[in-house]
Amino acid sequence: MNQKKIKDTAKKHAPKSHYVKNEVIAFLSGGALAIAAQFVMMAYQTLLGVDEKTAISMTVVTVILITAILTGLGIYDKFAQVCGAGLFIPISGFANSLTACALEGKSEGLIYGIGSNMFKLAGSVLTYGIASAFVFGMIRFILFGG
Amino acid sequence: MAIIQFHDVYVTSRSAVGGPVEAKGPLAEQFDKCYEDTYCGEDCFEKAERRLLYDASDIALRKAQLQVSDLDVLVGGDLLNQLMSSHYFAKDLQVPFIGMYAACATSSLVIGTAAMWIEHHMASHAMAFTSSHTAAAERQFRFPNEYGIQKKDTTTTTVCGAGAIVLGTKPSNIKVTAFVPGKIVDWNHTDANDMGLAMAPAAYDTLTTYLKESKQKITDFDRIVTGDLSQVGFAFLTDLLTQEQYEIENRLSDCGLMIYDNSKQDVFCGGSGCACSMCVSMSDLLNRLEQGEYHRIMVLATGALLSPVAVQQKGTIPCIAHGIVYERSE
Repeated sequence: MNQKKIKDTAKKHAPKSHYVKNEVIAFLSGGALAIAAQFVMMAYQTLLGVDEKTAISMTVVTVILITAILTGLGIYDKFAQVCGAGLFIPISGFANSLTACALEGKSEGLIYGIGSNMFKLAGSVLTYGIASAFVFGMIRFILFGG
Repeated sequence: MAIIQFHDVYVTSRSAVGGPVEAKGPLAEQFDKCYEDTYCGEDCFEKAERRLLYDASDIALRKAQLQVSDLDVLVGGDLLNQLMSSHYFAKDLQVPFIGMYAACATSSLVIGTAAMWIEHHMASHAMAFTSSHTAAAERQFRFPNEYGIQKKDTTTTTVCGAGAIVLGTKPSNIKVTAFVPGKIVDWNHTDANDMGLAMAPAAYDTLTTYLKESKQKITDFDRIVTGDLSQVGFAFLTDLLTQEQYEIENRLSDCGLMIYDNSKQDVFCGGSGCACSMCVSMSDLLNRLEQGEYHRIMVLATGALLSPVAVQQKGTIPCIAHGIVYERSE
């Protein structure tokens, strides 16, 4: 059987992607997470009396902590399967990738296991984050003098 | 294509051991043992896979009333790098060992090789085994287990389990009559999350070449069971066969669709892995053969020989399918 016929037949059997459904769920779940985080931030501001900047940092840390705990309990990936980009794009996605890699490396020890594996997936976010920060920082410095 | 015929190879004993998801599947009752916990009482997933293998081999040897020293050769394989599970398990047995890799098609490859040793009287008893563990495979081939990435619908679930078969020359009611080694088929498929689709043409190639060369029809078998094509790949294979006017007459099925209840269990497209075809054939299929429901079956284990490195280098996914023919001997 020739390759063209195989490819044509395969096309018929490839299931349809759920782009629209995934986008709607990601929009709603990501939005819900943002609203929840906003309430947490407001609570920090009113209850603890901290300023906005501190409250933002505290909220980010809270989301990271909750994500790490849920990942450790094996619950996060089930939510992530449903929510997709809704949980992947916010800081929760970053926190999950660190925790998941750290958990996975546990059996290989603290240094070669957890230490070197922890940034296995998040590493590219850091690499390109730092690289682009440098480039745009330089552009800003040259054009506007800092 | 070389079809290797056997005249004097019998199944002395067999075993299948599963994990927690398999324990909730439709074949659980036919398994010799199932673990409730993914770790199987060990402290990491790789050791858990070895534990499954240890249990499967132990049960098979006990059923055959043999000791490890009675085995002349061991043939085994798994999915992990450097055949970790097979090697670290076999090192304790002190029996000549052949390790083999054909991804999820390893089961047929190891059984076929062990059968060759028996047929040519190079061994009076040979044991073949394979194992796979969903968490260990996931972390090697895909992502960390707890990583929250949205998996595609076409993803398959690696079976957590192990199976072992002891072959010998002493007549029993199940015979291994042929080994059909397949050739590698690569149709430039690149999606590593859709292995069923990738492997179906390999299964098609091995099956149709065998049928043509041996001048047989699909209906000469009570069942032809593919390894782990899953829903998408199995539909693709039946479509390819129908297009070429092969009479299927409901004789085809797929181990990946038998081991789990896809409608109730959260396993995406079905089961896969070395242990999928092994556990299903060692339990359900050979039980049916033994009970006389089937007389002649072929297990066509399918394997996607991808390397995660090659896939990242934009490589394709070469696939293979090896067949084993079992017959009931009266």
